Amino acid sequence: MWLINMPVPGKYKLLKVIFFALLVKPLVFIVIGLNIRGRNNLPKNGPAIIAANHNSHLDTLVLMSLYPLKQLHKLRPVAAADYFLSNKYRAWFALNIIGIIPIERQRRVSKTELFSGCHEALDNEAILIIFPEGSRGKPEQISSIKKGLFHIAHDRKKTSITPVLMHGLGKTLPRGEALFVPFNCDVVIAPPMADFQTANEFVSQLGSCYEELKTYCITLRN
Amino acid sequence: MLLVFGLLVIGSMSSIFISRKEPDKDYSELRQRIQSWWWMIAILFACLSLGTTYAISLFALISFLALKEFLSIVPSRQSDRRVIFWAYAAIPVQYYLVSIQWYGLFIIFIPIYIFLFLPMRMVLIGETKGFIKAAGVMHWAVMLTVFCLSHIAYLLVLPEKNSAAGNIGLVIFLLFMTQFNDVSQYIWGKALGKHPIIPKVSPNKTWEGFLGGMFTITLASAFVGPYLTPLSLELSLLAGLLINVFGFIGDVVISSVKRDLEIKDSGQLIPGHGGILDRFDSLIFTAPLFFHYLYYVAY
Repeated sequence: MWLINMPVPGKYKLLKVIFFALLVKPLVFIVIGLNIRGRNNLPKNGPAIIAANHNSHLDTLVLMSLYPLKQLHKLRPVAAADYFLSNKYRAWFALNIIGIIPIERQRRVSKTELFSGCHEALDNEAILIIFPEGSRGKPEQISSIKKGLFHIAHDRKKTSITPVLMHGLGKTLPRGEALFVPFNCDVVIAPPMADFQTANEFVSQLGSCYEELKTYCITLRN
Repeated sequence: MLLVFGLLVIGSMSSIFISRKEPDKDYSELRQRIQSWWWMIAILFACLSLGTTYAISLFALISFLALKEFLSIVPSRQSDRRVIFWAYAAIPVQYYLVSIQWYGLFIIFIPIYIFLFLPMRMVLIGETKGFIKAAGVMHWAVMLTVFCLSHIAYLLVLPEKNSAAGNIGLVIFLLFMTQFNDVSQYIWGKALGKHPIIPKVSPNKTWEGFLGGMFTITLASAFVGPYLTPLSLELSLLAGLLINVFGFIGDVVISSVKRDLEIKDSGQLIPGHGGILDRFDSLIFTAPLFFHYLYYVAY
């Protein structure tokens, strides 16, 4: 793994705004095209967590596009260090343009150390984007929800968790495919989650929330 | 040209007037709808006045958005991604054929070459489960959203027969009459509608709306046609009748697709209207039929 100096916040702010305004937003809204439900449920201010299902690299870009350019710097996707920091160029892009918080999936470290970046960002009123399944998995399927998000949130009473379900991107650009084939994407945003006590309670609450959100997708009919 | 613009302004003004008279509950959606109308008219006029290439590109973009919407709402197999890529690739080719006025290939490219190529590509992937249905869905989608809609663009490159209105007149006649037909059927139906015409598909569509629309559109076409198209008064009247009947059919065909999938709108692209298929449903039928009618009687 490359040794990366943590980025200076806002150093590439202009580049980031240009990248989203000229490339990402046209890609998301014209080439892909979103059907958004429950837009008002999106957290407007941090500290907050968006808990979305994960099928494609596009997930992060779609979620970030829901916000105005002015608020981009507040959004911090939590992403796997072993993947996104695996080479110099990808790491520079992920850290400076997307603004990820890298997280160690493989090394065994204590929870406090593991999530210190997340807590620091939340203390600075960031809106975290977290994919609780932990990886993109099979196209258009929700795999088992991991407990990491519970451990981040359960000590922070002020931090709301907003579940978001996306459907369609697993067809547009699934894991392991380089060919981009556009399909409309449903984005369904639920109200913030109610209180939960245990990790299992959290997992089952979020899981059933995703199941309910599925019924609002217009691209998910059989 | 000026006449058309006047008509559009009157149309939009009257709809704003109607919106003011509407009770409060419907106001925001109706306002959104009219606002979107203005945008659509502005984009259309901008592209038409910039030149044929821009206008053709606009219709190619509309085909792309419509095809994407269709293939997104109708279930397709994960393994068909690479086939669908080629369905998209047909769009630039089809519209390029329009721009170079190669009529012979324009008219057979999708019904023959794409029709045969897509299943060939599917075979190379080799997933046979659900093969028939997938092949049918993909070809139907390309026919409706690319082949049918590209006829609008071909109107622009036909030899000019009405020098006062030019070929833009043909496009405006088709688009305006088709959309005006939707609106007038809706208004007549709201005002007088009693006897449902196809209750299983669309419970709100009535014989009164359909016949009222027919009356309005044939009359309006007979009046406007001679200015905008090379057609005489009688032939314009017939064109209006054709647009009325097949606009209605296009509308209910797409309604049946949505009903099958149990969805109300096909997307959210146009605020207040729904998806692009919700707006272009009637044109899918009227565009090729008006084109070939015109091609037969006037060329």
